[in-house]
Amino acid sequence: MQSAHLLSRPSAGSQTEKFYYDNKTVKWFAYAVCVWGIVGMLAGLWAAIALYYPQINLGLPATTFGRMRPVHTNAVIFAFVGNGIFMGVYYSLQRLCKARMFSDTLSKLHFWGWQAIILTGAITLWMGKTSGKEYAELEWPLDIAIAVVWIIFGINLFGTLLKRREKHIYVAIWFYIATWVTVAMLHIVNSIELPVTLWKSYSWYAGVQDALVQWWYGHNAVAFFLTTPYLGLMYYFLPKAANRPIYSYRLSIIHFWALIFIYIWAGPHHLLYTALPDWAQSLGVVFSVMLIAPSWGGMLNGLFTLRGAWDKVKEEPVLKFLVVAITCYGMATFEGPMLSLKNVNAISHFTDWTIAHVHIGALGWNGFLTFGVLYWLVPRLWNTPLYSKKLAGTHFWIGTVGIVLYAVPLYWAGFTQSMMWKSFTESGQLRFQFLETVTHVIPMYITRSIGGALYLSGVFLMVYNLRKTILKGTFVADEAAEAAPLTQAVVTHGKPYWHRVIERRPMQMLVMSLIVVAIGGLIELIPTFLVKSNIPTISSVKPYTPLELHGRDIYVREGCYLCHSQMVRPFRDEVARYGEYSKAGEFVYDHPFQWGSKRTGPDLARVGGKYPDSWHYNHLLDPTSMSPGSIMPSYVWLFDHEIDTVHTYKMIRAMQTLGVPYPDGYAQQANGDLVAQEQRIRASLKADKIGTGPNKEIVALIAYLQRLGKDIRTAPKGQTASAGDGSALMGN
Amino acid sequence: MSVLVVLLIASLSVALIFLGAFLWSVKDRQFDDDYSPPRRILFDDFPESNHLNQP
Repeated sequence: MQSAHLLSRPSAGSQTEKFYYDNKTVKWFAYAVCVWGIVGMLAGLWAAIALYYPQINLGLPATTFGRMRPVHTNAVIFAFVGNGIFMGVYYSLQRLCKARMFSDTLSKLHFWGWQAIILTGAITLWMGKTSGKEYAELEWPLDIAIAVVWIIFGINLFGTLLKRREKHIYVAIWFYIATWVTVAMLHIVNSIELPVTLWKSYSWYAGVQDALVQWWYGHNAVAFFLTTPYLGLMYYFLPKAANRPIYSYRLSIIHFWALIFIYIWAGPHHLLYTALPDWAQSLGVVFSVMLIAPSWGGMLNGLFTLRGAWDKVKEEPVLKFLVVAITCYGMATFEGPMLSLKNVNAISHFTDWTIAHVHIGALGWNGFLTFGVLYWLVPRLWNTPLYSKKLAGTHFWIGTVGIVLYAVPLYWAGFTQSMMWKSFTESGQLRFQFLETVTHVIPMYITRSIGGALYLSGVFLMVYNLRKTILKGTFVADEAAEAAPLTQAVVTHGKPYWHRVIERRPMQMLVMSLIVVAIGGLIELIPTFLVKSNIPTISSVKPYTPLELHGRDIYVREGCYLCHSQMVRPFRDEVARYGEYSKAGEFVYDHPFQWGSKRTGPDLARVGGKYPDSWHYNHLLDPTSMSPGSIMPSYVWLFDHEIDTVHTYKMIRAMQTLGVPYPDGYAQQANGDLVAQEQRIRASLKADKIGTGPNKEIVALIAYLQRLGKDIRTAPKGQTASAGDGSALMGN
Repeated sequence: MSVLVVLLIASLSVALIFLGAFLWSVKDRQFDDDYSPPRRILFDDFPESNHLNQP
């Protein structure tokens, strides 16, 4: 064991430098965490209530579930947690590096740039400007802005590392570096899209490839935006709050490398039993299961840090929050691999089980860790004790009860849905209509929203408590510190090998992370892109007509994919309920894919031709008129708004650029076909005594819905049989 | 889709260059000391002692 004097502060003298930590940026990020946390959770509560009281949208497009849900997810992930990451990084990085942030200007640009993106993002999502890919909904101008701000953050991060006064890079910093590198790569690869207008783009990828890229992104967004940066925060703030070193530093290093190496491979577990090739699915499962090891290593490392200090946990709200956060991390990272097992996933996928699972992570791990850090940080930044520990304790209990009330009903709902979907009568008929499985879980939805409301009220308590603390303290914008400069080459453990190469160290960290992450991603992606046979073509699958394209844009805009899947899995019940299971070749013209990840409503992959046009017309005007008890909102505005046929040309041209085989020069005549198809639908509506004006959005949407799953029905038998992913029809 | 292949090949070559850097840095001694770093972070570097203490 090394001697303790190594740990002591550098002795004052000619060798030390005096400098100042920038607390102001930390403060602004902390404020942003509180503000966006409340906005994001309110949006979530709104969406939760919309599931049993759809009229909460007040008849407005912006406030329907399909638009509130992306606002909620984007706000809590990128605004609440995002600002939480930056708050924690800007505070801890400076102290771990014994250096002020690289550039105050960049810090400012980073802060205001990020907030501007969030604000614009929320507004555009409410307006229905969305790319239609979950967790990456923001449209192309914002995607570019995110990349720019992310690079600003990167320069500031690596710049600080280069001018650090502490040669050792503490484990938390590696997590920050991995976060930066991987998120940059994920964001860029997943956001490759072709702009059509200022706020509309089509994903460059189509169908099964788009799905793979999207879930490779989606899964790793969880890994590298919600997990690794927060693990970095855990490795800094937990030892600080408990005033004891992490249980095993060696374990934390293993945790880091194992985690980033394995995480990147697990994405396909979001696409089990879909049209994704089987080998990719299995690969995702194997790596998901392996993830338990590093995740639990990290959790235990955190919890063991408190060994012998549990008396402190009893008194210190900060530690209470951190302990529950770490426990939830352990629960979510155990459940995740379990849900990745194909037999469990067969039950859980498309149900509320997934929603419960992610909220253990979101409310418990991210939320509680953020609260713990805030309760620890604000008193330090304002140089005063917390206004009320008791209130913080109350917040802790309200929050914990909130999580339980949120999660338990949804686990119940998820399991119930799945069992009801898969239930057959003795004579071999499906036992339940889909609608029965919806109305059955409504009490669970109500309880869940109560849990969410409790959790949110805890946040209000926290904001009040922090506000009071801030009012009685004095903020120290520039905190003085002193440390010896690195160039003095302080020998810390008798190994005088140290030299100036140290300055290059963060770059090595960056490249190591990149390799580890890139190898995993590339090996999964490349074969799908290169091997054509992975996406067998089905000759009867044709590009969408111009009117259907317009309808599809509306489908994406209204967020239909957030409640309706377009993916029939090869299970007996799904084939009986929806029709033939989905083939990869069916989606080759889908930019973006719309498989969805949740069935609050029934699957729509085979809905085309199932009902007359008038049924869809009436159903979208008032869903309960066709399906009594339905929780789908009314889409009245579709009956007034008109599609913009001026854009048809651009849309067809864009699709042609993406490789959709419209004939040459088709863009010019597209509107002719559009009008002809529209007149046919209006005529069929008229036959059912429904009159509609020209160019109404509703007609375009009906055209799209009636197209879904139609092509496959005319496919030659041999083609569809070999066109699948190779998996046999599953009985269950 | 061909642009993707180009993109991925580019990333792969970059990754390979980085692989060399990775092997080089493994030889480096960043991980030799696992005792002092976790303890060092518990100490703050205040020039004076007028700040709030550890909890």
